[in-house]
Amino acid sequence: MMFVPGNNPAMMQDAFIYGPDSIMLDLEDSVTMAEKDAARLLVHNALKTIDYGDTEMVVRINPLNTPYGKKDIEAVVKAGVHVIRMPKTETAEEVIEVEREIEKVEKELGCVGRTLIMAAIESTLGVVNAYAIATASKRMMGIALGAEDYCANLKTQRSPEGTELLMARQTIVVAARAAGIDALDTVYSNLNDMETFRREVELIKQLGFDGKSIINPRQIEVVNEVFTPKQKDIDKALTIIAAIKEAEKKGSGVIAVNGKMVDRPVVIRAERTIHMAIASGILKEEEVL
Amino acid sequence: MSSLKERMALIEAQAARMGKETYHQTGRKATTPRMQYQQECSKVVTLEQAITRSGLKDGMTISFHHHFRGGDKVVNLVVDKLAEMGFKNLHLAASSLQDVHKPLIEHIKNGVITKISTSGLRGDLANEISRGLMEEPVIFRSHGGRGSAIAQGDLHIDVAFLGASSCDPLGNACGYSRSENAKSICGSLGYALPDAQYADKVIIVTDDLVHYPNTPNSISERDVDFVVEVDSVGDSSKIASGAIRDTKNPRDILLAQQAAKVIINSGYFKDGFSIQTGSGGASLAAVKFIREEMIKQGIKASFALGGITAHMVKLHEEGLIERLIDVQSFDKVAAMSLKDDSMHKEVSANEYASADEQGSATHYLDMVILSALEVDVNFNVNVLVGSDGIIRGAIGGHPDTAADSALSIIVCPLLRGRIPCVVDEVTTLITPGSTVDVVVTEYGIAVNPLRPEIAERLKAAGLNIVDIHSLKERAEKIIGHAAPLPFGDKVVGVVMNRDGSVLDVIKNIVD
Repeated sequence: MMFVPGNNPAMMQDAFIYGPDSIMLDLEDSVTMAEKDAARLLVHNALKTIDYGDTEMVVRINPLNTPYGKKDIEAVVKAGVHVIRMPKTETAEEVIEVEREIEKVEKELGCVGRTLIMAAIESTLGVVNAYAIATASKRMMGIALGAEDYCANLKTQRSPEGTELLMARQTIVVAARAAGIDALDTVYSNLNDMETFRREVELIKQLGFDGKSIINPRQIEVVNEVFTPKQKDIDKALTIIAAIKEAEKKGSGVIAVNGKMVDRPVVIRAERTIHMAIASGILKEEEVL
Repeated sequence: MSSLKERMALIEAQAARMGKETYHQTGRKATTPRMQYQQECSKVVTLEQAITRSGLKDGMTISFHHHFRGGDKVVNLVVDKLAEMGFKNLHLAASSLQDVHKPLIEHIKNGVITKISTSGLRGDLANEISRGLMEEPVIFRSHGGRGSAIAQGDLHIDVAFLGASSCDPLGNACGYSRSENAKSICGSLGYALPDAQYADKVIIVTDDLVHYPNTPNSISERDVDFVVEVDSVGDSSKIASGAIRDTKNPRDILLAQQAAKVIINSGYFKDGFSIQTGSGGASLAAVKFIREEMIKQGIKASFALGGITAHMVKLHEEGLIERLIDVQSFDKVAAMSLKDDSMHKEVSANEYASADEQGSATHYLDMVILSALEVDVNFNVNVLVGSDGIIRGAIGGHPDTAADSALSIIVCPLLRGRIPCVVDEVTTLITPGSTVDVVVTEYGIAVNPLRPEIAERLKAAGLNIVDIHSLKERAEKIIGHAAPLPFGDKVVGVVMNRDGSVLDVIKNIVD
């Protein structure tokens, strides 16, 4: 998910050419008070006029307790945004409130249920409430960590190893998995240190995250490299999937690959590998039997 | 017995039969120590003396090279002197002109310069000329085209004023210096070599007069008539940048990645291939990606051509490129390499890209990455005139390398701010579409229908191959249609094709 300031037309115009899975146009922290209205108008028009192809379009709105939140929701829902990202979410009630506002606009448009929600968790209270937030609405598609505010709240600062974020990250992944939605990791803002960035992406992949938030197109390649399944894993997954198909054909309940029994978690992992490989463009759907 | 005296009658008779004089001793040979002797060499004169003795007259053609780029001081220095000496109606034939040549505007207004031939124009001079400053249209030629025109006499040079970073009193000159007093370095003097070879009179202007012999030399004393020492031929900081600077512009990186993928999957990426790239951010970044793939696949290039950059030098030094063929050194690293590495060869514009010489290096070039101001749906390219109708670039070796290489790749963003770069028809035709094979944009890659096999290979590699019309439509969708440019009826520029035919004309722009 690539963050793009909602007040920068040039970046909004060509953000998708770099091939991020999703683009988050920001109306919150990257836009100053004086530019809130102009940015909202820009984002609305960008969503309506620019062909972003298959890219998932997300807008980070201002919180509802500011004068901008409601207007943001109205403008971006009307423009057909896929996902609204709530900043600094701390409770399930906040999600419900945003859902209510979304629904109001959707009713007007006659498209109730179209807009999904993701919540950024950026405080200790948010982390404690992660599962409640993740399950607060059927529209919830993911939760994400916002590390800068979280660290401030925790009374510490970010380290290259991310020790201070470990609990928050794991809590968020566990909550997301339990709720059956996606978990997204925080941004890393030092563009000159790609090595630390890579280590961080490797770490969060290992923790179970589905993806990483990024602030510059140059970071996409690293994320894709880390998240793209290795060829030998893809081959293995394809063999397992083929064995399942074969077993189903025969009506056999037992699946074996190379003489070894394959149990359910292995199958799920194989399916996930195939899904990632297709999403990464290194495997074509028709190659999966 | 036969003494010289006795044979004198026979000698005289033989000389008469051959129409020759008989030998008479004339004076004593010079015995001055040679270090001192060479300082008295009659070729070393002041600029004014050189001009006077060259026989330059009103209406003649003078020439310059552009190896000192934005730092050049030679053109302004010489033309100021010519104006001061009262010359009028001169034809200035430079290999290219830059922003720094703004003072020419006054010389044009005063009638000192009435005709210009060049590869490009930039800045205020370009602006004024685009608006109709000159009566005679500027003649634009590619680097290869200029070399051919000089060799064939289409462009006859009466007096060449060639800046050099070092020169000895006899005229052996280089684009670098091996002395302690070295003030400037530009590396190759490739674009000056046709002038040195074919001009009636050649004047070297140098800021480092070194003792003889200034070998290995670029320009030979045999071609040089006068040597003029000046304080400075150019501002070093503007001649060549110091080190490799990788672009951080994500769009350039994206374009570079795509261009590199085109090269790698083109079918030409094989051991012994040859390549040329430009000096733009995307071109340089592409070299980085190509390098990684060369190492991965164990492929080596036989040569890199053209404007040589620090990136190419690095690959050469790593053993990935056997030889460097250098008509112009783009940065200090390249210039130093030319000076110190015998596998890094300096070539003239003719050896580089002449259309009429089967021996020119471009004919043996597999792939070239080029940039563009505009590309049209027929793959024609414009690198000279901006979308506002103002001249703002240079032809360079664009049409030469596109035409001669096995595969030409144009890297060009679809949009530059609010300017679309893929259009219905280019503002000015510089490189004909029939010589352009692939156009790489951030919104997809278009392959010339003349090269279906390339399209197939790139598609098979999973690249996003699109119809060039769809790129144009995409640009229009985002930006809209531009109003037609307000051209007047005066021809301010003529674009010569490299074979000497007229390719296009540039009309004046009206405010």
